[in-house]
Amino acid sequence: MPDQARQPLGAQEDATAEGLTAGASEATPEPGAPHGLWTDAWHDLRRNPVFLVSALLILFLVLVALWPGLIATGDPNHCELIRSLEGPSAGHWFGFDTQGCDVYTRTVHGARASITVGVCATLGVALLGAVIGGLAGFYGGFWDAVLSRLGDIFFGIPMVLGAIVFLSMVSLGGIWPVVLIIAALGWPQIARIARGAVITAKQNDYVQAARALGASNTRMLLRHILPNAVAPVIVMATIMLGTFIALEATLSYLGVGLRPPTVSWGVDISAASDGMQFRNAPHILLYPAGALSITVLAFIMLGDAVRDALDPKLR
Amino acid sequence: MGRYIVRRLLQMIPVFIGATLIIFLMVYALGDPVTALFGDRSPDPATARALRAEFNLDKPLWHQYLLYMGKIFTGDFGTAFNGQPVTDLMRHAFPISLRLAVVALVLEMLIGIALGVVTGLRRGRAVDTTVLVLTLVVIAIPTFVLGTTAQYFLGVKLGWIDPAVGPDAPFNQLLVPGLILCLVSLAYVTRLTRTSVVENARSDYIRTAVAKGLPRSRITVRHLLRNSLIPVVTYLGADIGTLMAGAIVTERIFNIQGVGYQLFQGILRQNSPTVVGFVVVLVLIFLIANLLVDLLYAVLDPRIRYA
Repeated sequence: MPDQARQPLGAQEDATAEGLTAGASEATPEPGAPHGLWTDAWHDLRRNPVFLVSALLILFLVLVALWPGLIATGDPNHCELIRSLEGPSAGHWFGFDTQGCDVYTRTVHGARASITVGVCATLGVALLGAVIGGLAGFYGGFWDAVLSRLGDIFFGIPMVLGAIVFLSMVSLGGIWPVVLIIAALGWPQIARIARGAVITAKQNDYVQAARALGASNTRMLLRHILPNAVAPVIVMATIMLGTFIALEATLSYLGVGLRPPTVSWGVDISAASDGMQFRNAPHILLYPAGALSITVLAFIMLGDAVRDALDPKLR
Repeated sequence: MGRYIVRRLLQMIPVFIGATLIIFLMVYALGDPVTALFGDRSPDPATARALRAEFNLDKPLWHQYLLYMGKIFTGDFGTAFNGQPVTDLMRHAFPISLRLAVVALVLEMLIGIALGVVTGLRRGRAVDTTVLVLTLVVIAIPTFVLGTTAQYFLGVKLGWIDPAVGPDAPFNQLLVPGLILCLVSLAYVTRLTRTSVVENARSDYIRTAVAKGLPRSRITVRHLLRNSLIPVVTYLGADIGTLMAGAIVTERIFNIQGVGYQLFQGILRQNSPTVVGFVVVLVLIFLIANLLVDLLYAVLDPRIRYA
């Protein structure tokens, strides 16, 4: 837990006593009592309905992505052409798609691809961006110039454009090329934020003190600077997660992202909008598109809530 | 100001070279355009060799890149594999996409800023909440879903618009596609304007202006708006990239034969000269747009001076 490092010198004992996990027994912190950014943020978030709703939704989505069999026992690729475009019924709530596959089963199983792409791409972008941006900000000078220009180069390629070109050329299918190209083109945004945060943190008195006491570069980075620079990166990454999930769907819609037999919302939406097949059977578009939109919305709201909680300007 | 522009232009050179090199490598190192040209059949070795020689594909990659860039600066973007010069495709596609982009940007700015000011000044009221919820919904629903449903309901079912845009793409046919293209950005512009209007409305200079007895409209437009637009203009720079990408989706849905459409066709058919040519121009536009945005700051905020 990064709490201690956030405290001004001398405030550490109070801070640890008032740890983040103290839970419900911890009442509103007394005004003026020293408490860290994370304690404050958690205190705010617990009372924020937007955070609670989106966090519960995301928890549910993650569970469904991990064990789709819990709520949909069928096989998403089991289709009977004779039931093509059949409407919703008691046994099959969401009806059947053009191929006669059960839309409910496919929508539930589609969560895994979308969530995996979103989470893995965000992890890749955040790690790459934080390391490159952090090193650029910490060492400054020559390396800063080189790494920043490198970031500018990747930033100069609009993401969807680069992703379409890359994916159509490798044409492997599956989720990993999609994750790879998003991570490769998305990191400069995080790197810029991480660089700024590290430069700000580096100038703090306690970091200067640590240097004066002879701390190594590694120790300063990991123990003193990282805990202070990580908040903006987390906020940006959460917001980006939602957009990456939407991006995967867009790429699948364009036919270069995920492809059948991979079960994904983007693949199903693409099949439903192809030649306006949804016009006689709106359910084949509505359910996968609805699931996708709710997921994106949940991550955007979570990002908003976390940003409000962590942004010191709003305190 | 002049020296600043020169410095920025010089900084753009390595970025431009790097970005185009990455795209070039992706197209020519990962894919094999000659094999793609023959589809599923395997090409006749002699024909393939002749084609490779004609398009310089038998040279090492770095040499191909240098030859390509050298030609670009003389205005020669090469020939697509069907024999049509890429510049011909561009001459037809860019004006159409430019019209689409103008429609999208104008709608985005007008509606987005207006909604942002209205909600910002009436924070917490019903209008504010409604618009905020709507913006979230618009951001969450993917553009291609909104696009296809709009095309179906407005175009096919109600018959208010033409479901497919003609080859000339006049302005009136581009209104709905432009709106669909800019909706997500419009939502972001609304939210950004609202936040910054709320922040600035509390500031001292607004209180002074009110105390002086200036009319409300003058305070809003001359004092509040001008200061609140700075973050919106910043967003605009990044937004150009979003619009380019969005155009690929929107132009595909509405059959608009602009840059996104040509680019996508080129990618599907692995028509490498088309792809690289269009992307190079788009990267250049993106870089210049971002420079213009930075210069716009100085116009909006006289405190910012570029040395």
